[in-house]
Amino acid sequence: MENRTDKNSYTIIFAIAMVLIVGSLLAFTAASLKPTITENERMEKQQNILYAMGVNDNEEGSANFISTDKVAGEFSKYIQKQLVIENGSASENNQAYLIDVKKEQTKAKSGETRRLPLFVGEKDGKTFYIAPIRGKGLWDAIWAYVAMDENMVVQGAYFDHKGETPGLGANIKQRFFMDDFIGEHLLDASGNFKGITVAKGNADPKNLDKTDNEVDAIAGATITGDGVTAMIKKDLKLYWPYFKTLKK
Amino acid sequence: MGLLSKKDANLILDPLADNNPITIQVLGICSALAITAELKASIVMAVSVLFVLGIGNVVISLMRNIIPSKIRIIVQLVVVAALVIIVDQVLKAYAYELSKTLSVFVGLIITNCIIMGRFEAFALGNGPWRSFLDGIGNAAGYGLILIIVGFFRELLGSGTLLGFKVLGDPIEKTGLYAIGYENNGFMLLSPMALIVVGIIIWIQRSRNKALIED
Repeated sequence: MENRTDKNSYTIIFAIAMVLIVGSLLAFTAASLKPTITENERMEKQQNILYAMGVNDNEEGSANFISTDKVAGEFSKYIQKQLVIENGSASENNQAYLIDVKKEQTKAKSGETRRLPLFVGEKDGKTFYIAPIRGKGLWDAIWAYVAMDENMVVQGAYFDHKGETPGLGANIKQRFFMDDFIGEHLLDASGNFKGITVAKGNADPKNLDKTDNEVDAIAGATITGDGVTAMIKKDLKLYWPYFKTLKK
Repeated sequence: MGLLSKKDANLILDPLADNNPITIQVLGICSALAITAELKASIVMAVSVLFVLGIGNVVISLMRNIIPSKIRIIVQLVVVAALVIIVDQVLKAYAYELSKTLSVFVGLIITNCIIMGRFEAFALGNGPWRSFLDGIGNAAGYGLILIIVGFFRELLGSGTLLGFKVLGDPIEKTGLYAIGYENNGFMLLSPMALIVVGIIIWIQRSRNKALIED
């Protein structure tokens, strides 16, 4: 006798039922968790920005954000101004940190003006300008928050990625890589924008020379490193005109 | 063991050695190459697969009498994909930091052939309890190899274990590096994972000749 489960009608009904059940289960999970997830992402952005300007819970060797229950208070304490630069003119907007850099990049591609968020923070009498940038690694998106002084000298950086290889490209979010950027100049000696290259044949592995516009690359993560270089050259350059107006 | 009969215990113990999914069945090689450059990632992956395979095997086993045989592979795929996505979403909401570490692995878990292999070979023909033990056993056998490979690749490739500099500092030239030791950057590249797995297979088969095929 033919098995009941071999019948075509049974197979089709089973498939439809399965899709309905699994589909609604996933939709339900996604919909009911969405507010919590969005809130987590919002707090993470604040943590990232604060991390870049040196407000963090770093212990020796490991990168730690300040805790989520403190982040809202610390963010309003340290971040003095949130700016949106549009067509070269900056205006204040206290929701600027919610601007989606990815969407702005797509807008720029289709010919629209890209809004550039910039966060001005103050800590121990020093002013930090923190810019969010975004680019491509080996597998997926990479992004960063870079804190600079008014001469575009990097004061701190936080890198993150969506799906780089653990142990290789994923190491861009490790302290040893991020800390290398601190003190590094984005401008060359004559004051033109040069960026920072993640260099493989770096003759300066201890990174003592801060004006060479180079940091040491990660072994086995060439393409992720090139992505970081490209992201800095392309996205941070957009902020250069604004920094020129600061000096006047 | 008082809790498990000998037959049940073997479901867990066999995959750890003589029927290891990686070294004997040669399944799950892709993820063994991809994420074993450091020990921590290996451990995270091992635990994730343990979780997914344990639960997935039970779900498939419970459904084994109603799954139409013509589309059973699709059903298996849907079950594992749904499980992984739900876990990922829940972690994103309630353990955000952890979920960021795990997000890279989600795709790798779904495509892991050990999971589909055990669904197909075991859970479809056995009860939930035995399927659960089989899932745990195979995931543990897989994780064991992952951790061994991760241990050697991180130690020899970066000179660290779980991020700790166990061999000294390569830039400051302390510890082993003071006497001229160098990290082998080659260990960080995927082909070396294959070679380490190969060495494990070699050792295992030379100790137990019964495992050598003609």
